[in-house]
Amino acid sequence: MTQQFYVSPEQLMKDRADFARKGIARGRSVVVLTCRDGIALVAENPSPSLHKLSEIYDRIGFAAVGKYNEFESLRQAGIRFADVRGYSYSRDDVSARGLASVYAQSLGSVFTTEGKPFEVELAVAEVGEDPYSDRLYRLNFDGSIADESNYTVMGGQAEIVNEALSRSWNQDADFASAVRTAVKALSATRSAEGSGNGQAAEPLGAGLLEVAVLDRDPLSTRGTVRAFRRINTVELDRLLSSAEGD
Amino acid sequence: MAPRDPADSIHQAPSSSFTDHLTRHRPELLPSSRSLGPASNGSAAELAPQATTIVSLTYAGGVLMAGDRRATMGNMIASRHIKKVFPADHFSVLGIAGTAGLALDMIRLFQVELEHYEKIEGTPMSLDGKSNRLAAMVRSNLPLALQGLAVVPLFAGFDTQRRTGRLFSYDVTGGRYEEYEHHSVGSGSVFARGALKKLWQPNLDEEDAVRVAVESLYDAADDDSATGGPDMVRRLWPVVYVVNSAGNREIPERELQQLSRDLISRRTAAGLEA
Repeated sequence: MTQQFYVSPEQLMKDRADFARKGIARGRSVVVLTCRDGIALVAENPSPSLHKLSEIYDRIGFAAVGKYNEFESLRQAGIRFADVRGYSYSRDDVSARGLASVYAQSLGSVFTTEGKPFEVELAVAEVGEDPYSDRLYRLNFDGSIADESNYTVMGGQAEIVNEALSRSWNQDADFASAVRTAVKALSATRSAEGSGNGQAAEPLGAGLLEVAVLDRDPLSTRGTVRAFRRINTVELDRLLSSAEGD
Repeated sequence: MAPRDPADSIHQAPSSSFTDHLTRHRPELLPSSRSLGPASNGSAAELAPQATTIVSLTYAGGVLMAGDRRATMGNMIASRHIKKVFPADHFSVLGIAGTAGLALDMIRLFQVELEHYEKIEGTPMSLDGKSNRLAAMVRSNLPLALQGLAVVPLFAGFDTQRRTGRLFSYDVTGGRYEEYEHHSVGSGSVFARGALKKLWQPNLDEEDAVRVAVESLYDAADDDSATGGPDMVRRLWPVVYVVNSAGNREIPERELQQLSRDLISRRTAAGLEA
């Protein structure tokens, strides 16, 4: 009969957390930030079809980093949760808080009971009537949940991006300048990689980015209650290049 | 235990249909899961409000759908305000005749179904896909239809691949029929169709298309007691939606008011009996 080695719960959880953190650190970063016009979601993502950003419900968006198959299944589950809730109660009864706590519970139970924790980090954002009623939740692989204000960064080199954003974030920015701020912050990781020669950061091009926004007032601007809008490459290109003209 | 075939899990993957999801996990929320039990004596149709005439027609660059505002219960008017035409998604609209309560539920489910697919898949459903999903929903209502609670929708949308407006009608068994030029459903539809046949022309512009739709609804209301005409007292006009390459748009009330007033004064001046 084989003898089972004793592993303390602390050690077990620490090993799992280290494993998940390593998985996430390999991925590129995602920034979600609030501004005057709504919430901008900006991801470094070279794929035009495998999305890291998604619509969940009328005013709720989703961003993720980590393992694609894992956050994709969470994204779909979130859409199903929101649609069932909105269908059986009312569209007004679907909130980011409700969705975030469901995500927290499922991530938490996977972390403690399954063989392998999810290697993902999620953000659930809900755009409000004004910037103060915007909701921004960040969820970790272990089910821990943080209620962020202003902006949140996830993924590989979150600290560098976070630091860059803390210097440049501005609540009164419109979408164009919020997206440019986020792209600049994401590009900061590139200069860190080549920091040996002290060159300036090479900015990320539109082809390497995935950008979406949650409009603050979609009903009067676009005649729909759905706030989520994907910014296509052409539009993004124009938006980024106009920054250089300033 | 036999080793599990990984390919097995593929067809067990959750589908991108909201209705399938409800069927599996929350069947009690489906409108079609309602059962009336064994058929009682007398038709259930007399107990529930009925919605009537819907007209739909194609015009240059798109398709239009219009409905009157009356719901009836036997010989009583159950509602003067009911809406029977709704946007299904950005590029399609849906009108319903038949049992109002069931139809409104079906519309709500259909709207979520289309939006759900779009969010899960990241791309909108094709117009043929949408019309087939609606056929499946009508079919699932067949047991209730046989007890007198039929729902007969009319579906119109802009086909973004073919760049044209198309329209589809259904029967209670879920039969789906593509209609050309124009179509009408509901108790006043025979009269509306007669009007459409005389008034519709190829390549109508949008303004004329709206006028034709309002006029054919007027004719339906003239001869069918279950269809409501323009209500000058309460300022109620038909609900009209147009769908073209820019998406769907509801025609504003003040335009419909003007159209209806012109129509009535024209007919008053003519002073004809029938």
